[in-house]
Amino acid sequence: MKIRVTNVFVDNQDKAEVFYTDVLGFTVKNNIPLGEHRWLTVVSNKDPGGPELLLEPSDHPAVKPYKDALVSDGIPAHSFQVGDLDAERKRLGELGGEFTVEPMEAGPVRMAVFDDTCGNLIQLIQMVDSSQ
Amino acid sequence: MKDEQLDLILKALSDSTRRRIIDHLSMKPAQSLFEVCAASVAEDGTALSRQTVSQHLAVLEKAGLIETTWKGRTKAHSLRVTKDHIAAATWLVKYQQSGKNP
Repeated sequence: MKIRVTNVFVDNQDKAEVFYTDVLGFTVKNNIPLGEHRWLTVVSNKDPGGPELLLEPSDHPAVKPYKDALVSDGIPAHSFQVGDLDAERKRLGELGGEFTVEPMEAGPVRMAVFDDTCGNLIQLIQMVDSSQ
Repeated sequence: MKDEQLDLILKALSDSTRRRIIDHLSMKPAQSLFEVCAASVAEDGTALSRQTVSQHLAVLEKAGLIETTWKGRTKAHSLRVTKDHIAAATWLVKYQQSGKNP
Protein backbone atom coordinates (compact mmCIF):
# COMPACT_ATOMS: atom_id res chain seq x y z
CA MET A 1 0.00 0.00 0.00
CA LYS A 2 1.26 3.49 -0.69
CA ILE A 3 -0.07 7.01 -0.52
CA ARG A 4 -1.15 8.11 -4.00
CA VAL A 5 -3.28 11.20 -3.47
CA THR A 6 -3.76 13.45 -0.48
CA ASN A 7 -5.80 16.63 -0.43
CA VAL A 8 -5.97 20.19 0.70
CA PHE A 9 -9.31 22.04 0.60
CA VAL A 10 -8.88 25.28 -1.35
CA ASP A 11 -11.27 28.23 -1.50
CA ASN A 12 -10.69 28.70 -5.21
CA GLN A 13 -9.09 26.20 -7.60
CA ASP A 14 -7.83 28.79 -10.11
CA LYS A 15 -6.14 30.81 -7.38
CA ALA A 16 -4.79 27.65 -5.77
CA GLU A 17 -3.33 26.44 -9.07
CA VAL A 18 -1.37 29.68 -9.42
CA PHE A 19 -0.18 29.69 -5.80
CA TYR A 20 0.81 26.03 -5.64
CA THR A 21 2.70 26.19 -8.96
CA ASP A 22 4.06 29.74 -9.40
CA VAL A 23 4.79 30.41 -5.74
CA LEU A 24 5.40 27.01 -4.16
CA GLY A 25 6.94 25.54 -7.31
CA PHE A 26 4.88 22.37 -7.71
CA THR A 27 3.83 21.03 -11.14
CA VAL A 28 0.30 20.23 -12.29
CA LYS A 29 -0.02 16.48 -12.76
CA ASN A 30 -3.73 15.97 -13.39
CA ASN A 31 -6.15 18.61 -14.61
CA ILE A 32 -9.42 16.93 -15.51
CA PRO A 33 -12.68 18.89 -15.91
CA LEU A 34 -15.40 17.55 -13.63
CA GLY A 35 -18.46 19.69 -14.13
CA GLU A 36 -18.14 22.90 -12.14
CA HIS A 37 -14.72 22.00 -10.79
CA ARG A 38 -11.59 20.07 -11.80
CA TRP A 39 -9.68 17.03 -10.58
CA LEU A 40 -6.60 19.16 -10.10
CA THR A 41 -3.46 17.65 -8.61
CA VAL A 42 0.10 18.86 -8.23
CA VAL A 43 3.35 17.01 -7.57
CA SER A 44 6.75 18.04 -6.34
CA ASN A 45 9.37 18.63 -9.03
CA LYS A 46 11.73 16.68 -6.81
CA ASP A 47 9.40 13.66 -6.88
CA PRO A 48 7.18 13.81 -10.01
CA GLY A 49 6.15 10.16 -9.59
CA GLY A 50 5.41 10.65 -5.91
CA PRO A 51 2.18 11.43 -4.05
CA GLU A 52 -0.18 13.90 -5.68
CA LEU A 53 -1.70 16.76 -3.76
CA LEU A 54 -5.34 17.23 -4.76
CA LEU A 55 -6.42 20.87 -4.72
CA GLU A 56 -9.96 20.06 -3.71
CA PRO A 57 -12.85 22.55 -3.73
CA SER A 58 -14.19 23.63 -0.33
CA ASP A 59 -17.85 23.30 -1.31
CA HIS A 60 -18.95 20.69 1.22
CA PRO A 61 -20.68 22.42 4.16
CA ALA A 62 -18.38 20.69 6.66
CA VAL A 63 -15.25 22.15 5.10
CA LYS A 64 -15.57 25.81 6.06
CA PRO A 65 -16.05 25.24 9.81
CA TYR A 66 -13.24 22.67 9.73
CA LYS A 67 -10.83 25.05 7.99
CA ASP A 68 -11.85 28.03 10.14
CA ALA A 69 -11.31 26.07 13.35
CA LEU A 70 -7.85 24.92 12.27
CA VAL A 71 -6.76 28.42 11.23
CA SER A 72 -8.16 29.89 14.45
CA ASP A 73 -5.85 27.64 16.48
CA GLY A 74 -2.97 28.18 14.04
CA ILE A 75 -2.94 24.52 12.99
CA PRO A 76 -1.55 23.71 9.52
CA ALA A 77 -3.70 21.71 7.12
CA HIS A 78 -0.65 20.22 5.44
CA SER A 79 3.09 19.90 5.82
CA PHE A 80 5.82 20.02 3.17
CA GLN A 81 9.47 19.17 3.60
CA VAL A 82 12.29 21.46 2.43
CA GLY A 83 16.05 21.12 2.45
CA ASP A 84 16.83 24.65 3.62
CA LEU A 85 14.03 26.25 5.62
CA ASP A 86 15.64 29.69 5.95
CA ALA A 87 16.29 29.92 2.21
CA GLU A 88 12.72 28.82 1.45
CA ARG A 89 11.31 31.31 3.96
CA LYS A 90 13.25 34.10 2.25
CA ARG A 91 12.22 32.97 -1.24
CA LEU A 92 8.52 32.72 -0.37
CA GLY A 93 8.65 36.04 1.48
CA GLU A 94 9.97 37.75 -1.63
CA LEU A 95 7.06 36.25 -3.59
CA GLY A 96 4.58 37.73 -1.13
CA GLY A 97 4.05 34.64 1.04
CA GLU A 98 2.78 35.52 4.52
CA PHE A 99 4.28 33.55 7.41
CA THR A 100 2.29 33.12 10.61
CA VAL A 101 5.15 31.28 12.33
CA GLU A 102 8.74 32.24 11.58
CA PRO A 103 11.29 29.39 11.43
CA MET A 104 11.60 27.83 14.89
CA GLU A 105 13.01 24.71 16.52
CA ALA A 106 10.49 21.95 17.26
CA GLY A 107 12.30 18.84 18.45
CA PRO A 108 13.59 16.77 15.51
CA VAL A 109 12.58 19.43 12.98
CA ARG A 110 12.80 23.12 12.28
CA MET A 111 9.50 24.47 11.09
CA ALA A 112 7.61 27.50 9.87
CA VAL A 113 3.99 28.13 8.89
CA PHE A 114 2.57 30.25 6.09
CA ASP A 115 -0.84 31.15 4.64
CA ASP A 116 -1.60 29.47 1.32
CA THR A 117 -4.05 32.31 0.39
CA CYS A 118 -6.71 29.62 -0.19
CA GLY A 119 -7.92 29.34 3.39
CA ASN A 120 -5.21 27.12 4.86
CA LEU A 121 -2.08 27.31 6.91
CA ILE A 122 0.76 25.18 5.58
CA GLN A 123 3.74 23.97 7.56
CA LEU A 124 7.25 23.72 6.16
CA ILE A 125 9.67 21.43 7.90
CA GLN A 126 13.37 20.79 7.64
CA MET A 127 14.76 17.71 9.35
CA VAL A 128 17.47 18.69 11.83
CA ASP A 129 19.24 15.40 11.07
CA SER A 130 19.90 16.07 7.39
CA SER A 131 20.11 12.35 6.51
CA GLN A 132 16.29 12.11 6.77
CA MET B 1 -8.79 42.76 45.18
CA LYS B 2 -11.79 40.49 45.63
CA ASP B 3 -11.32 37.00 47.02
CA GLU B 4 -12.73 35.45 43.82
CA GLN B 5 -10.07 37.18 41.76
CA LEU B 6 -7.32 36.14 44.16
CA ASP B 7 -8.59 32.55 43.92
CA LEU B 8 -8.49 32.63 40.13
CA ILE B 9 -4.95 34.00 40.04
CA LEU B 10 -3.54 31.63 42.67
CA LYS B 11 -5.27 28.71 40.99
CA ALA B 12 -3.78 29.71 37.65
CA LEU B 13 -0.31 29.76 39.21
CA SER B 14 -0.73 26.47 41.06
CA ASP B 15 0.22 24.21 38.16
CA SER B 16 3.72 23.61 36.79
CA THR B 17 2.55 23.34 33.17
CA ARG B 18 0.72 26.66 33.40
CA ARG B 19 3.79 28.30 34.93
CA ARG B 20 5.76 26.84 32.04
CA ILE B 21 3.31 28.34 29.54
CA ILE B 22 3.63 31.72 31.29
CA ASP B 23 7.43 31.54 31.06
CA HIS B 24 7.14 30.59 27.42
CA LEU B 25 4.73 33.40 26.50
CA SER B 26 6.96 35.89 28.31
CA MET B 27 9.66 35.21 25.71
CA LYS B 28 7.42 35.69 22.70
CA PRO B 29 3.98 37.34 22.61
CA ALA B 30 1.04 36.66 20.29
CA GLN B 31 1.33 32.90 19.93
CA SER B 32 -1.32 30.57 18.57
CA LEU B 33 -2.36 27.36 20.30
CA PHE B 34 -0.34 25.48 17.68
CA GLU B 35 2.81 27.48 18.47
CA VAL B 36 2.51 26.92 22.21
CA CYS B 37 2.18 23.15 21.57
CA ALA B 38 5.08 23.09 19.10
CA ALA B 39 7.27 25.04 21.51
CA SER B 40 6.52 22.56 24.29
CA VAL B 41 8.18 19.84 22.20
CA ALA B 42 11.13 22.06 21.35
CA GLU B 43 11.80 23.09 24.94
CA ASP B 44 12.22 19.74 26.62
CA GLY B 45 10.91 17.07 24.29
CA THR B 46 7.68 16.64 26.27
CA ALA B 47 4.80 17.26 23.92
CA LEU B 48 1.67 18.71 25.46
CA SER B 49 -1.56 17.81 23.71
CA ARG B 50 -3.63 20.56 22.15
CA GLN B 51 -6.49 19.77 24.48
CA THR B 52 -4.24 20.12 27.51
CA VAL B 53 -2.75 23.39 26.34
CA SER B 54 -6.17 24.68 25.36
CA GLN B 55 -7.52 24.00 28.86
CA HIS B 56 -4.50 25.60 30.55
CA LEU B 57 -4.77 28.68 28.34
CA ALA B 58 -8.44 29.01 29.31
CA VAL B 59 -7.55 28.95 33.04
CA LEU B 60 -4.82 31.55 32.50
CA GLU B 61 -7.20 33.71 30.46
CA LYS B 62 -9.86 33.53 33.18
CA ALA B 63 -7.28 34.80 35.67
CA GLY B 64 -6.52 37.68 33.31
CA LEU B 65 -2.95 36.49 32.81
CA ILE B 66 -3.47 36.04 29.09
CA GLU B 67 -4.77 38.49 26.58
CA THR B 68 -6.04 37.23 23.24
CA THR B 69 -5.92 39.12 19.96
CA TRP B 70 -6.45 38.08 16.35
CA LYS B 71 -3.52 37.82 13.96
CA GLY B 72 -5.51 37.63 10.76
CA ARG B 73 -7.86 34.69 11.36
CA THR B 74 -5.63 33.11 14.01
CA LYS B 75 -6.18 33.62 17.73
CA ALA B 76 -3.00 34.82 19.43
CA HIS B 77 -2.17 34.61 23.14
CA SER B 78 0.04 37.09 24.99
CA LEU B 79 1.11 37.30 28.61
CA ARG B 80 -0.45 40.16 30.58
CA VAL B 81 0.81 40.68 34.12
CA THR B 82 -0.91 43.42 36.12
CA LYS B 83 -0.39 44.87 39.60
CA ASP B 84 -3.18 42.59 40.84
CA HIS B 85 -1.30 39.53 39.64
CA ILE B 86 1.85 40.62 41.41
CA ALA B 87 -0.17 41.44 44.53
CA ALA B 88 -1.78 37.98 44.44
CA ALA B 89 1.53 36.19 43.97
CA THR B 90 2.99 38.06 46.96
CA TRP B 91 -0.05 37.75 49.19
CA LEU B 92 2.01 36.53 52.17
CA VAL B 93 4.40 39.45 52.07
CA LYS B 94 2.17 41.40 54.45
CA TYR B 95 3.22 39.04 57.26
CA GLN B 96 6.91 39.37 56.59
CA GLN B 97 7.45 42.36 58.91
CA SER B 98 4.54 41.78 61.28
CA GLY B 99 6.45 39.71 63.79
CA LYS B 100 4.25 36.71 63.06
CA ASN B 101 6.85 35.09 60.84
CA PRO B 102 9.16 32.53 62.41
